[in-house]
Amino acid sequence: MRTPAISLTNLIGLEGVSRSDIQTLLDTGFYFRDVLDRPIKKVPILTGINVVNLFFESSTRTRISFELAEKRLSADVVNFSGAASSLSKGEGLKDTVRNIHAMKMDAVVMRHPAPGAALQLSRFVDAVVINAGDGTHEHPTQGLLDMMSIREKFGRIKGLKIGIIGDIAHSRVALSNIFGLNTMGAQVTVCGPGHLIPPFIEELGVTVNGDVDAVLEWADAVNVLRIQRERMGVGIIPSVREYRNRFGLTVERLARHKKEIVILHPGPMNRGVEIDSDVADGDQAIILDQVLNGVAVRMSVLFHLLGARGSLEEA
Amino acid sequence: MTEKKVKATLLDAEDFERTLSQLAHEIKERHESLEQLAIIGIRTRGEFIGRRIADLLAGLDGNEIKFGTVDVTFYRDDFRTHLPSPEIGPTNIPFGVDNLQIVLVDDVLYTGRTVRAAINSIMDFGRPAAIELAVLVDRGHRELPIRADYLGRNLPTASNEHIHVHVVEVDGVDEVLLLDYGQ
Repeated sequence: MRTPAISLTNLIGLEGVSRSDIQTLLDTGFYFRDVLDRPIKKVPILTGINVVNLFFESSTRTRISFELAEKRLSADVVNFSGAASSLSKGEGLKDTVRNIHAMKMDAVVMRHPAPGAALQLSRFVDAVVINAGDGTHEHPTQGLLDMMSIREKFGRIKGLKIGIIGDIAHSRVALSNIFGLNTMGAQVTVCGPGHLIPPFIEELGVTVNGDVDAVLEWADAVNVLRIQRERMGVGIIPSVREYRNRFGLTVERLARHKKEIVILHPGPMNRGVEIDSDVADGDQAIILDQVLNGVAVRMSVLFHLLGARGSLEEA
Repeated sequence: MTEKKVKATLLDAEDFERTLSQLAHEIKERHESLEQLAIIGIRTRGEFIGRRIADLLAGLDGNEIKFGTVDVTFYRDDFRTHLPSPEIGPTNIPFGVDNLQIVLVDDVLYTGRTVRAAINSIMDFGRPAAIELAVLVDRGHRELPIRADYLGRNLPTASNEHIHVHVVEVDGVDEVLLLDYGQ
């Protein structure tokens, strides 16, 4: 029996995922990037494989990115979107499980507002489970595409200094980035309003710094998180203007730093709040590369997770 | 895992070189102009053999020959029953394939499934005028209606035998070995 390319069977989060698995997923991601540049941007490898995208929380780009990745691999795709039902979370998931069994799905891509929902689902279904964001827990494919974009830009991840700026406490993007980047040997500093930095986050191996200018001075790249407007004015973030002044990546703030800083943003952006329009559209931003790498790295995840299945009894 | 035993050396370095040269001459003979010709090697061993045939052709013709490589991992038909190869490689076709005479090159022709996958992959880059196949060794056991247009050696094997092609670029030596995989 040949060694499987990766040891994962589901992708719930980047916590605990080995360096070699991340390496393989990124390496293959770059091969899929090449496929996306071809005249026919599609390969037949997942022909006959059924994938369902279950989105219990609104999402535009992640859903489209997964759907595109699945179609570029020739899988058959079913989409289900809708707000979480009024039923308790446990019962909602149980129904989901029954449906997936009935539909004979090979893989489930799920976004759910409850942290741990993807893990819970993976305990009940035979299908491969890919977490597309579970509440404030993790968003592993976002972490992978951020790392892929960083590697594309710098040629490596190890030894780089990466800042993550914004609402760290409520961000699944931040958590997946922290786990992945730490495993790959980057140094991570988180930055944001004090009450949006979880206590004891240093335990995850990151540094905390509330001074965004100091972080910009230190970092090779910064990942700017979206400020969720729904949290504005409810005691979490006092005002858009105050946030922009203290933590926003403004043109003036970047101009004060002489060196080149690579800027990532997971989208959707609040232009003029956490990032200025001219910064987002400027040379230092790799935001559109992230979008393309997102499709490629999701193809890689689907390819590896679905490829290892059915081979377990193989002699 | 069963014990692998080397039963015989089918081609030594000298035979190997002579066979490549023979393949290059046959390809040149059948093509009036090499301008519309491209060699595409199937990764991994076919890449090196293809590269050398392209170099030999360039020597015969006096002009550079278009050369590319194809990795068939994403086109395999055994994805659900076998593990994907952990060693995926780049497909690199640095020219438009439309209207070209393509010669696919591989080391061993066996079931024909790899060649089928390679043909499909090339078709996704455009519409070549024709695709031909050159292989160093044909070991039989075809499962698809595919044959070589240019054949180095025809070496029928039993199903428990395997043929290993070694090339200088990877293995440090040019040779073709017959291996016994036992029962």
